[in-house]
Amino acid sequence: MLTLHNVSVNIDDTPILNEFNLEVPQGEVHAIMGPNGSGKSTLSRVLMGDECYQVTQGAIMYQGEDLMALSPEARAHQGLFLGFQYPVAIPGVNNMTFLKTALNAKRKALGQSECDAMSFMQLAESAAQTIGMDLAFLKRDFNTDFSGGEKKRNEILQMLVLEPKLVILDEIDSGLDIDALQAVALGINALRDAGRSFILITHYPRLLELVQPDRVHVMMSGQIVMSGDYTLANTLEEKGYGWLASNTVES
Amino acid sequence: MASRSAPLTSELFSNIAYEAGFVTDIQSEQLPAGLNESIIQQISEKKAEPSWMLEWRLKAYRHWLTLKPPTWAHLKIDPIDLNEIVYFSRPKSMKDAPKSLDEVDPELLATYDKLGVPLHERARLAGVAVDAVFDSVSVATTFKETLSEAGVIFCSMSEAIECHPELVREYLGSVVPVGDNYFAALNSAVFSDGSFVYIPKDTICPMELSTYFRINAANTGQFERTLIIAEAGSRVSYLEGCTAPMRDENQLHAAVVELVALESASIKYSTVQNWYPGDEEGRGGIYNFVTKRGLCKGDRSKISWTQVETGSAITWKYPSVVLRGEDTVGEFYSVALTRQKQQADTGTKMIHIGRGSRSTIISKGISAGQGQNTYRGCVKVAPTAAGARNFTQCDSLLIGPHCGAHTFPRMDVMHPNAQIEHEASTTRIDEEKLRYCRARGLDEAQAVSMIVNGFCKPIFQVLPMEFAVEARQLMEVSLEGCVG
Repeated sequence: MLTLHNVSVNIDDTPILNEFNLEVPQGEVHAIMGPNGSGKSTLSRVLMGDECYQVTQGAIMYQGEDLMALSPEARAHQGLFLGFQYPVAIPGVNNMTFLKTALNAKRKALGQSECDAMSFMQLAESAAQTIGMDLAFLKRDFNTDFSGGEKKRNEILQMLVLEPKLVILDEIDSGLDIDALQAVALGINALRDAGRSFILITHYPRLLELVQPDRVHVMMSGQIVMSGDYTLANTLEEKGYGWLASNTVES
Repeated sequence: MASRSAPLTSELFSNIAYEAGFVTDIQSEQLPAGLNESIIQQISEKKAEPSWMLEWRLKAYRHWLTLKPPTWAHLKIDPIDLNEIVYFSRPKSMKDAPKSLDEVDPELLATYDKLGVPLHERARLAGVAVDAVFDSVSVATTFKETLSEAGVIFCSMSEAIECHPELVREYLGSVVPVGDNYFAALNSAVFSDGSFVYIPKDTICPMELSTYFRINAANTGQFERTLIIAEAGSRVSYLEGCTAPMRDENQLHAAVVELVALESASIKYSTVQNWYPGDEEGRGGIYNFVTKRGLCKGDRSKISWTQVETGSAITWKYPSVVLRGEDTVGEFYSVALTRQKQQADTGTKMIHIGRGSRSTIISKGISAGQGQNTYRGCVKVAPTAAGARNFTQCDSLLIGPHCGAHTFPRMDVMHPNAQIEHEASTTRIDEEKLRYCRARGLDEAQAVSMIVNGFCKPIFQVLPMEFAVEARQLMEVSLEGCVG
């Protein structure tokens, strides 16, 4: 599904990712953990095509194609989805309108017919029910006056409606209460299937307990320094990243 | 006018000899360019006006001579040679007009296409010199019948002067006095034509009145004069303009609109202004210097202005309400968009005189390209206006690094228990919002259009339904290529 080979990334000439390698096969859920400043968010921004980041070397292949050749919107059309760490608000734009515009932009790009109001409503309502989201949220202005947790739930709602092939969730679990965390996990598990891959960027093992990823990677200084199954998250929780610094062996 | 403009003083005009003016063949349909008392006499004569109308015009002209163009607006205005203007021409001179759509600016035609303007309408809007570009007669006839059954008068100003002189004499200039300001005085002296509306007592006007449907509405010229009178207990909604850009050879437009609402009457006046803004360098656009004012004369009357301004090179316009009656209501809802080198200095005045009068101002300014957008507002509470209330919200949205937004709110409150609220914000369409939208599959144009439409929502909501749909579309077309 996604392969990063020797990818180096700068922001304003400061190197952030350093010959980074990652392989996410189809149908797998990978978690990326690591201390602040290790380059996790940079990774997600590069994958979405944020032009502030300069890819100086390496290759990123998505479904066998060069991802870097695609515009951010084309990546979305091709099934990439980034759940933002800090989702923006758009006052005056109804949550439904935003989501419907996004869905139809994708359908149009793929040569599919646009989703009409009625079937869209059903789609959105069933997605909201999956994650226990109050339907009133669908009618509110997009993320306007939403709490942090509500914004994150709204990201998951969009993910469910857009049905992407590769989902990248950047700290989707930060600042969430237990109920919201459960809702996020429900959303991820509902969408998890053999044709779809996930990258979960997180600091906390709690989400990983609920989702049980296939692989956990630890990032430090712009590289993956250790990989393992989801129990690695608990080991990290116990021993901290300091343990890794003195023990940088890939398992 | 701005400091860099030439001395456009009235002294200058009055000293210019206007020989040509006196030798014109009275039968010809166009007067020579220039402005003096003889020209005004001839305008009045050609329109077969009664003598009181001529006196009114001359009074305005003489007062105008004592005035100077205003310089307080946040605008840079190149000098306008008022002596090069032809103040009367019937029909409007078509010598410079395109002979067919082939001669019309392809950009303009492309815009019509995007806005979905019907084919038969395009030639009329583009100013093509064809005798009968489209046939509106049947539409207009049905329209007139329905109105006359209700007793509503909706006609051209010229017709009103001829057929309803008592109403015109009573109300013309009663809200915007002849000497109100430089451009209003000029309009009073030379106004060409315009619309007249009279809604009888306790009558709800059976349809939205639109300039679009009024025969003779085309070519009312650059000095349009509108007067709307709503008798006690009546209601009317009036639509001015259309979303398709209008091609026009006249650079200066100085219109005057007066609204009078008697006891418990309600007037809603909606405008979509999309005059030619000039090319990318700002050449050739229209100067739209308009005086619009409503008088809530009777108790419990209400006047509401809604405007969507996307056109003109320069806009100088402050639709205002004088809240004279008790418990009267004034509203101003505005979206003004400036892009390329457009400039807008627009806003409102709410003059609270009556007890318990209330006003609401919601202004949304959008600047893109090198556009400059100024909100200028004045809320005045007279010592008589016990319990007066005002709420003002004034938001600016900036697109790109080269545009500007400016706000000049003014409040004069002379009653101790008046309640005045003012909220203001300035935001930029930030990169992160665009990135977010693109990550969801919207291209940049769709993203900008969505964000701007959200910003304008409170105004679009109060527009009559059909106008609102068009206004959204207009905003989309106007913003094309503004980012990136």
